Amino acid sequence: MTSTTSIIKAQGLTKIYGDLRAVNNIDFQIEPGTCYGLLGPNGAGKTTVMRMIYCATPLSSGQILVNDLDVMENMSAVKRNIGVVTQDDSLDYDLNVINNLLVYARYYDLNRDQAVQRAEELIEFFQLGEKRLVNVRTLSGGMKRRLQIARALINKPNVLILDEPSTGLDPQARHHVWAKCHELIEQGVTLLLTTHYMDEAEQLCDRLAVMDRGNIITEGSPWELIKSEVSPQVVEVRGDGKYRDSILLAVKNQIDFHEALSDRLLLYAADVNPVHAQIQEMNLPLKTLLSRRSSLEDVFLKLTGRELID
Amino acid sequence: MRRSAPGVRIKAALRVWQRNATVYKRTWKLNILPNFFEPFLYLLGMGLGLGAYINEMEGMPYIEFIAPGLLISSIMWGATLETTYNVFVKMNFDRIYDGILSTPVNPKDLALGELFWGATRGSIYGGAFFSILLTFGMGFHWGILLIIPLLFIIGFMFATIGLLFTSVIKEIELFNYFFTLFLTPLFLFSGIFFPMTQLPEPIQIIAWFTPLYHGVELSRGIFNQLWSIELVHHFLWILVVTVLNTIIVLRSIHKRLYR
Repeated sequence: MTSTTSIIKAQGLTKIYGDLRAVNNIDFQIEPGTCYGLLGPNGAGKTTVMRMIYCATPLSSGQILVNDLDVMENMSAVKRNIGVVTQDDSLDYDLNVINNLLVYARYYDLNRDQAVQRAEELIEFFQLGEKRLVNVRTLSGGMKRRLQIARALINKPNVLILDEPSTGLDPQARHHVWAKCHELIEQGVTLLLTTHYMDEAEQLCDRLAVMDRGNIITEGSPWELIKSEVSPQVVEVRGDGKYRDSILLAVKNQIDFHEALSDRLLLYAADVNPVHAQIQEMNLPLKTLLSRRSSLEDVFLKLTGRELID
Repeated sequence: MRRSAPGVRIKAALRVWQRNATVYKRTWKLNILPNFFEPFLYLLGMGLGLGAYINEMEGMPYIEFIAPGLLISSIMWGATLETTYNVFVKMNFDRIYDGILSTPVNPKDLALGELFWGATRGSIYGGAFFSILLTFGMGFHWGILLIIPLLFIIGFMFATIGLLFTSVIKEIELFNYFFTLFLTPLFLFSGIFFPMTQLPEPIQIIAWFTPLYHGVELSRGIFNQLWSIELVHHFLWILVVTVLNTIIVLRSIHKRLYR
């Protein structure tokens, strides 16, 4: 990677709530114009990390610099250059679509002309023109999310923070949001997102930090993580029940490692064709037998022994 | 690692005030009518109804005795309703503050903006009441115009009291206690309906420490042109309490929203 100056730098970042170390002494850096993902199950500390970055909650210890400004010292200045899209929408339900944007623009001290111009650009970019005067209560989930992203961009921030951007959206709306995220990255905006969806992480993120119980357990590009942490391919067996031991015994020399879950057995190897063939020959009454490419889901499973969505 | 909280910015607070004004503007015609009905009902019911049996109170017709105090109580209701229920809903149910606080507006700015708005709502309630009183018979004199700045200042004081309570409670049901056990007794025992001198001395002393009492005395003095140094004392009491309470409530909201 070229030696650019990081746009977000976190060092020794820690958040303690009572007895709980929600975020435990983590470090990371985010390069400008990239998309960085925090991946992990609920309660891993992803949202807390984000809230510390956009000054919604104080750090217990450590430091975060955003655009070289300390988040504890320069709250307003830091927030001026960050757009935030929270998981539960924080739209202003007392206002219609256009006023959500215009009122928000005032918090950044944009004047009326700037605000109107910017709001119109965003309404067009996010295809909300027809809904301009509609109360936000009546918008669909996808439109609300788009309006929230639009609102976050009102002051042209160079960092956009998205907490679970596609949770609760139907597939079409998810793809729409992803497409807009790609366009923003192309425009040079730095994205930081949390997700517990592997496909979202693979779609959007240049780099990922996998979090579990307040720690970053590994970091890298999606492809690097798959390459370094698990074997490239996997055989997935469902309904193996009482045959599990005999399957494992039969393929043990052909696989790199396995994960035995309550509902399925995962067998990892560089090339799974022989494994697949071997099991097929055993002629067992299995529910499913399939081979696939390894994914981030497998990385997470390997590192934590747990599945992402519990 | 606690660092000193950033100072409060008036400009940012005014943005929050503007947001509320934008919302209010949409429905103000619907909202403002009750503010005019309410004084009518009070004056009719209490002044003419009860007043038929009570000819005079401290040398003035009963309706004229209670009107200046009722005016102040209407500011109290208006300002506290705003900074209790409305703020609580914006903070906890509608998540509006989550949106506002991710902009350059900080918790203390937000709190000050809500205080300005609470004072504004109190002024609207009180202003409506005041205009009714002037239109229907309370004698005009130039001194009575002193009431106008008082609408906002007293509104601000009650806004801080409501917001302080809101900043420490977790359940919306607890407002019942605030209204029933705090504001209602104030309403009844602050000299609006009968002179405080009628009550036992300990109660008079307690009354001195409560906010509505000073507003009522000040208002009645102004309406009836009973100019005395005591009016200045009442005014200073209101000013000092407002300033101190503002400092406390800004900290309290900061603590609530930034943790």
